[in-house]
Amino acid sequence: MQKMRSLFAVPYALWLMFFVFAPIALIVGYSLMDINGHLTLTNYQDFFSSSNYLLLTLSSFWYALLITLCTLLFGYPMAYCLTHLKHRDLWLMLVILPTWISLLLKAYAFIGIFGIHGGVNQFLGLFGIPARQILFTNFSFVFVSAYIELPFMILPIYNSLVEIDSSLIFASYDLGANKWQTFTKIIWPLSLSGVKSGIQAIFIPSLSLFMLTRLIGGNHVITLGTAIEEHFLVTQNWGMGATIGVVLIIIMLLVMGLTRQRKGGS
Amino acid sequence: MKKLQTLFLGVLVIIAVLFAGVLQLKKQTGMSGAETVNIYNWGDYLAPDLITKFEKETGYKVNYDTFDSNEAMYTKIKQGGTSYDITVPSDYMTQKMIKEHLVTKLSADKIKGLANIGPAYLNRSFDPHNQYSIPYFWGTLGIIYNDKFYQKTDVDHWSKLWDQKFRNQLMFIDGAREYLGVGLLTLGYSQNTTDQAKLLEASAKLRQLKPNIKAIAADEIKMYLADEEGRVAVEYSGEASEMLAENSHLHYVIPQEGTNVWFDNLVIPRSAQNKKGAYAFINFMLRPENAARNARYIGYSTPNQAALKLLPAKIRQNQAFYPSQAQLRKMEVYQDLGQKKVQEYNDLYLTLKIKK
Repeated sequence: MQKMRSLFAVPYALWLMFFVFAPIALIVGYSLMDINGHLTLTNYQDFFSSSNYLLLTLSSFWYALLITLCTLLFGYPMAYCLTHLKHRDLWLMLVILPTWISLLLKAYAFIGIFGIHGGVNQFLGLFGIPARQILFTNFSFVFVSAYIELPFMILPIYNSLVEIDSSLIFASYDLGANKWQTFTKIIWPLSLSGVKSGIQAIFIPSLSLFMLTRLIGGNHVITLGTAIEEHFLVTQNWGMGATIGVVLIIIMLLVMGLTRQRKGGS
Repeated sequence: MKKLQTLFLGVLVIIAVLFAGVLQLKKQTGMSGAETVNIYNWGDYLAPDLITKFEKETGYKVNYDTFDSNEAMYTKIKQGGTSYDITVPSDYMTQKMIKEHLVTKLSADKIKGLANIGPAYLNRSFDPHNQYSIPYFWGTLGIIYNDKFYQKTDVDHWSKLWDQKFRNQLMFIDGAREYLGVGLLTLGYSQNTTDQAKLLEASAKLRQLKPNIKAIAADEIKMYLADEEGRVAVEYSGEASEMLAENSHLHYVIPQEGTNVWFDNLVIPRSAQNKKGAYAFINFMLRPENAARNARYIGYSTPNQAALKLLPAKIRQNQAFYPSQAQLRKMEVYQDLGQKKVQEYNDLYLTLKIKK
């Protein structure tokens, strides 16, 4: 029996090996190599002494933060409302539905909506507001990214909200707490795990969004993803590209650490 | 537990069956047989009916794979495991592949119809005497403008792009060589400059262009200009011809200082399995009627002079896409500057993109 069980683990172990550990090892390995394949630390030296890369890291971090905040601001109330609706499953499906559509398609749709002759400007035109440039602005980049990531914030929060035992909330009211107190003392702390997973699911991919920086941001917004793409495809400096990748992984670990779920309550 | 075991076994059997199926399919499409010609080309860069015609004429089966950048193609061929008989690198990539011995030397006696290619398109710096490559299509980098907002005299010099009237209107193709190249051209330097002082001067000049830049983008520029989201763009002639077909207000101009001229070339990778088929394909594409058919389908400029005669006068006499020989001589091909200089160009470009 024991033997059988370990046999079942083989596919997962292989999976982890080939698709999780091996790629990370490769990235770290490449980051320690210069263009000629010699072992060196110059890539890291270059990264941390270049104002360009530090600026990029900062701006990636800043935009990822903005996007995460926006999704949280919109996502939490939406998830909260969802738990109080009658046909929850239907509404939940409507929230998930946009994730079935390719990201590129959605980006192209926004090009149409935000364009000079697009829907938003036509609508504003009804009130006599002249057409303005919406595409290629920081606003449009954050808006579209937040829209695309929103379901990944709503889902975990919704799940943690649904799991809250309603008797706890009744008890809170029984003991004389008002709505606000109930929310801050009971609901928010209990849904925190969902918020944390939501932040993880959004902050990390947002650090390296690079198709959107070009399509919606018109390359006015530049993130680390842009630099990685350039190093792998144009300059063929895989070492530097991998170094930026390692930096991203470290930032990711930091975010994971900060939002860690504490087991067995303190 | 028994059930789980059966399930597990079932999955294994399915995997085995699928694997066998793939092998069978591979055998049928002949990934490495002598009867197929494996062509590795840019997406939609060969008229489909020409493939059928070639297959019918020669009896070879064509296996057509596509790539979307020189670098992607280069990486795949360099890593090995492929057996493409024909691929289509651009000029600087042709040079790089020759340098790294990734392509075979062509034997002149096996090639028929090279005389059809115009002399201005042969013997270029990336492959002197065309020992390794045959030009397939060529084109230029230029400025597209919409005549509702601007006129030709607004864009006939590169330096005019800095004009106040283009504030936040200019779209630019996303490429370090192109961006810095325009800066270098404006200052009267070569687009293959490796002198650091000159590069810094060009990048300082381009800093002042920044307020005019609406977006730095790639293929999307086509859509933006056709929809009049953008009014003026620096783009390649190939893309331009597609835009012009969609919006009659658009025009393509080559500035007087000259510009970059690019060539996409047919080459035979060293790893080719069917060299005979590859030569057959090159000769097929050199024939005027086929080259003309391809040029009409793709809309790019053909280097095949005999084919040009078969094209309608409207295309042939279009100065924007078939500039005079005198103009052509002023144009430069991008040369492979080596990894270090490419890095320098890209670092400058990245800095320009980041700084407001």
